[in-house]
Amino acid sequence: MTELLPELREPTAAPAGEPIPAAVPGRSRWRGTIGFFARRPGLVASVLYVALVLCAAFAPGVLAPGDPLIGIPAQRLRAPSAAHVFGTDYLGRDLFTRVVHGAALSLQATVIAVALALVVGGLIGLLAGFVGRWVDEALMRFVDTVLAIPPILLSLALITALGYGTLNVAIAVGMASVANFSRVMRAETMRIRRATYVEAARTLGTRWYATLARHVLPNAAGPVLVLAVLEFGLAILQVSALSFLGYGAPPPAPEWGALIADGRNYLANSWWLCAMPGFVIAATVLAVNRISRALDGEWTRGTR
Amino acid sequence: MLAYLARRVGLAVGVLWAAFTVSFIVLWLLPGDPVETMASGGLDGEPATPQQLAALRARYGLDKPPLWQYGDRLWAALHGDFGTSIQTGQQVRAQIMAALPPTLRIALAGLVFAVLFGAGLALLATYVRHRWLRQLLLSLPPLAVSMPTFWVGLMLVQLFAFQLRLLPSVGARGAESVILPAVTLGLPTGALVAQVLAKSLSQALAEPYIVTARAKGVGRVAIHLRHALRNAALPALTVLGYVVGNLLAGSVVVETVFNRPGLGRLTVQAVSVQDIPTVQGIVLCAAAVYVVANLLVDLLYPLLDPRIVVGAPA
Repeated sequence: MTELLPELREPTAAPAGEPIPAAVPGRSRWRGTIGFFARRPGLVASVLYVALVLCAAFAPGVLAPGDPLIGIPAQRLRAPSAAHVFGTDYLGRDLFTRVVHGAALSLQATVIAVALALVVGGLIGLLAGFVGRWVDEALMRFVDTVLAIPPILLSLALITALGYGTLNVAIAVGMASVANFSRVMRAETMRIRRATYVEAARTLGTRWYATLARHVLPNAAGPVLVLAVLEFGLAILQVSALSFLGYGAPPPAPEWGALIADGRNYLANSWWLCAMPGFVIAATVLAVNRISRALDGEWTRGTR
Repeated sequence: MLAYLARRVGLAVGVLWAAFTVSFIVLWLLPGDPVETMASGGLDGEPATPQQLAALRARYGLDKPPLWQYGDRLWAALHGDFGTSIQTGQQVRAQIMAALPPTLRIALAGLVFAVLFGAGLALLATYVRHRWLRQLLLSLPPLAVSMPTFWVGLMLVQLFAFQLRLLPSVGARGAESVILPAVTLGLPTGALVAQVLAKSLSQALAEPYIVTARAKGVGRVAIHLRHALRNAALPALTVLGYVVGNLLAGSVVVETVFNRPGLGRLTVQAVSVQDIPTVQGIVLCAAAVYVVANLLVDLLYPLLDPRIVVGAPA
């Protein structure tokens, strides 16, 4: 499920008719940017939504001033209403407040996971692509093996070894998605290593580490960062799945996956306890995927 | 052909061996002390005495150097012995074999659903002429992969079991109890199939032989099913290995949601008591399934597509 096959969709922008000016002066560039977004209402909604989620993660008090751990027992299991947008749970805690405050934990784990996968996978790919020969062969064989083990099982094996907790879940998810990063990084490194400017740098006597840091790494970073955004969406799903299974933060903490696991016991009568956090997760993943698709090509094609 | 076969099988064995190595490193070397980890999980919080720990360590061969342990375990695994479960004291292999049938049942049903749903969606999306309808259909797979599997399962239970009262909510009794787990399991997989197939279908439909067939007066439906699909189905076959591994891994979440016995439940139980041998056995089992499925695809491919020259560097 890693590839979302962006080529599949017909390009929404029509770059054929527009002439592409070589250098865009300030004002028309602005107009181009506005036009780019105006033609993509879905993308604008995605960016706004992600901004909202980030706000929930960093300043939950702004969106939901209440305490996520304190409930009013008299108002338990209330359906969504104007007072409680997402309803209340079995202890009378406001579900919206809990979801908003849960964003911090869930996103924290996701960011750590993606960062870990990016750094470890990037280094493996860089090494394999830059050194080549048997190092490349050995590292890529290793990566192929990791791909043979389904990510969730690899994550679960790591959790068995490391124990429970938000950080361990993040490490487990991150390590399980190292393979994708190393593959992309290797492909990029190999492409750039053969470029003329790298050859020129080498001819001038630049040391290999300087070449790597100054020429290869900055130029290979683009596609890897796009992959990072895409993996962010997948990591949210995996982190929430592990949290649902109960390997995340201990009970009172409102992690997204754990919220759904809590609501499961009241599924028959109180549908909102499962439905609402799920909507938030699905919308976040969808928005992140939309943004990643925009970064991956649409942006460079559409704004110039 | 024989050389091709030998190389493919050799490659598969290599991947399995490497999977064993990775799982060995993660499970037996990564924890500071696996025995302490297992004892703390298995004995219900009761602190183990140093004598107990030493006995456990000797029993699992952990008093030997890592490389020695690795050799021992690899040798045992080659003979089909993955050790005994900490939790139950049963043979890991027997445990996995017992848990496999119910999981295979929902995985197989899930596969059928995934192929029907994925192929149906891809065919429909490439067949309809309205641009907006096509866009709508093609936006369904990304939507399906954006939803958490466990949430989809719970929502299906809420809808079909509690609201409409058509299907049983949880448990594994009766044939109809397979439906909801299979749909939950097959939905993301079907979305993947739909994406891959829609892409190769639209490529196939742009080929000159389609124009030729049209010129000869073949109808649109016939072209779609007889000419385009036959050529487009082959690339979609390559994701089969991935899909089968996915279905097996998805059982972890789906069996928890629907409270069914099986490999997924066994995994969750083993992880929660840190039953290292069982977890390793399951990881290897999943890797084996993935490898075998890919091997089958590799071997079937030349038979289905005569243009692929066997023996050419793959």
